[in-house]
Amino acid sequence: MKNRGITLLTIAAFGYAFLYIPLLSVIVYSFNDSRLVTLWGGFSLRWYRVLLENEDVLSAALLSLQIAVVSATLATVLGTLIALALNRLGNFTGRLLLTGMITSPLVMPEIITGISLLFLFITLSDWIGWPETRGATTIAIAHITFSMAYVAVVVRSRLGALDQSLEEAAMDLGGRPWRVFFDITVPMIAPAMVAGWLLSFTLSLDDVVIASFVSGPGSTTLPMIIFSKVRLGVTPDVNALATVIIVLVSTGVIIASVITRWQAKANSGAGP
Amino acid sequence: MTRHKHNRWDGRRRWLRWALITPYLWLTLFFLAPFIIILKISFADPIMALPPFTPLIDWAASGLDRIQVTLDNYMFVFADRYYATIYLNSVKIAAIATLITLLIGYPMAYFIAQQPSGRRNLLLLGIILPFWISFLLRVYAWMGLLSSQGIINNLLLSIGIIDKPLTLLYNDFAVYVGLVYSYLPFMILPLYANLEHLDLDLNDAAADLGARNWQVFLDITLPLSTPGIIAGCLLVFIPGMGEFIIPALLGGSDTLMIGRALWDEFFINRDWPVASAVSIVLLLILVLPMMWFQRSQIRQSGESA
Repeated sequence: MKNRGITLLTIAAFGYAFLYIPLLSVIVYSFNDSRLVTLWGGFSLRWYRVLLENEDVLSAALLSLQIAVVSATLATVLGTLIALALNRLGNFTGRLLLTGMITSPLVMPEIITGISLLFLFITLSDWIGWPETRGATTIAIAHITFSMAYVAVVVRSRLGALDQSLEEAAMDLGGRPWRVFFDITVPMIAPAMVAGWLLSFTLSLDDVVIASFVSGPGSTTLPMIIFSKVRLGVTPDVNALATVIIVLVSTGVIIASVITRWQAKANSGAGP
Repeated sequence: MTRHKHNRWDGRRRWLRWALITPYLWLTLFFLAPFIIILKISFADPIMALPPFTPLIDWAASGLDRIQVTLDNYMFVFADRYYATIYLNSVKIAAIATLITLLIGYPMAYFIAQQPSGRRNLLLLGIILPFWISFLLRVYAWMGLLSSQGIINNLLLSIGIIDKPLTLLYNDFAVYVGLVYSYLPFMILPLYANLEHLDLDLNDAAADLGARNWQVFLDITLPLSTPGIIAGCLLVFIPGMGEFIIPALLGGSDTLMIGRALWDEFFINRDWPVASAVSIVLLLILVLPMMWFQRSQIRQSGESA
């Protein structure tokens, strides 16, 4: 019994080390003064300065953030509607097709999504003249399309666990469908919608493969810049950029989880 | 149910039906239509133009006699030893990486499921956190560890275990490391979700009654955790099979994976019809595991409901 516990603990410790050592190494070496990435040349912030002076990186970061905010927001709206329909409409015409279309993007290889969307944009621009050029808009459309699948999954699982009696009561008391939806349903599924938005935002900020296909001249996202830099090998300013992203994301995730736990505690405290 | 109430629920559903039109059209246009187009192009002749393929149906002309359908692209993909090797190699790499991920992920998930609930949340956060950090940067982090002047080689050299650097980067080994590392959370989370429901105290009871640890594990825990194993393995295998970034950054020039071949066919050879045919064949290979995954998800949500 005891032996098994120690074995498990050892494997788990190695597993966590495996997950975090690469990230820690990037953070440590981002403060390395040496141009040679792996030889320690003393502590320095020079690569952060290089990063701040690189206007390509800054404008790409801005573009990526804009695309991520727009696509996460639209994906949350559309994905929530689909989750509601699949959860509440029962058996409607086209339900099977909708289920297929909303679950497939989750397991679709990115490279195929990218190629096929590029073909669509080329065909459309041939037929109706839209989109004239590919860029931020086409990237956002691609991101909305796969992100809404993730939103739908998250919101649907929340809807499945939800007690519908509150909504029914509001309806019976004469509440109009729209009011009931915004006053009762939305607040109840809001945590799932926020989670879905954050997930979409992250997926959009992270995507390099699909964006490489559907972007056009002049619209290079941050992951595309990082990818073209690191394809040639390790570079110290990417270490600095990675450190900034790792610190920002970790802080965000930790704060979010603390808030969630705090709310869960408050809720269970208030409950009977 | 009174007629009055029934009508009100109908009214509620009516707005949802109307509201559903937008996402429905969206998915039809931006998810379904692209597949029809890629299927169409996979049957077209390559020509040197932009777009570099012949229109399957010349839309300007009426009459269907101008359809040019060719199976050449598929013949090319199937006849070419190059592609057969790449598909087989991708399946091999994805399958081995899935197995290694399972061997590391299962004990980790089991360990987390055994902990008291407060510590469990913290440990789970530790698994989920890397998932939120850019995939690209996490793969990149391994380049610094594995390169010939990288951290691992420097460490081993300074200790004196080796006297010249090992080749750890730009080969299949690095691809395996990258795949296992990147997809480990996808293995652990479904396994944990499954193991969490099992009463692990049952094992202790069985052990107390004289059963051997391994026997308990093989007879009770392992069969009960099969749904988690299936979901985790498919979540690693399916994206691993089509992976592009990992072989592109960590693999060598001889690391053959379909995602990378597809990228080259598209951006370097610019043979779009062949790239389309390669995509369709990849989808056909993935259809069975994808359907299996969807069925296992439906079954699981059915059980929990």
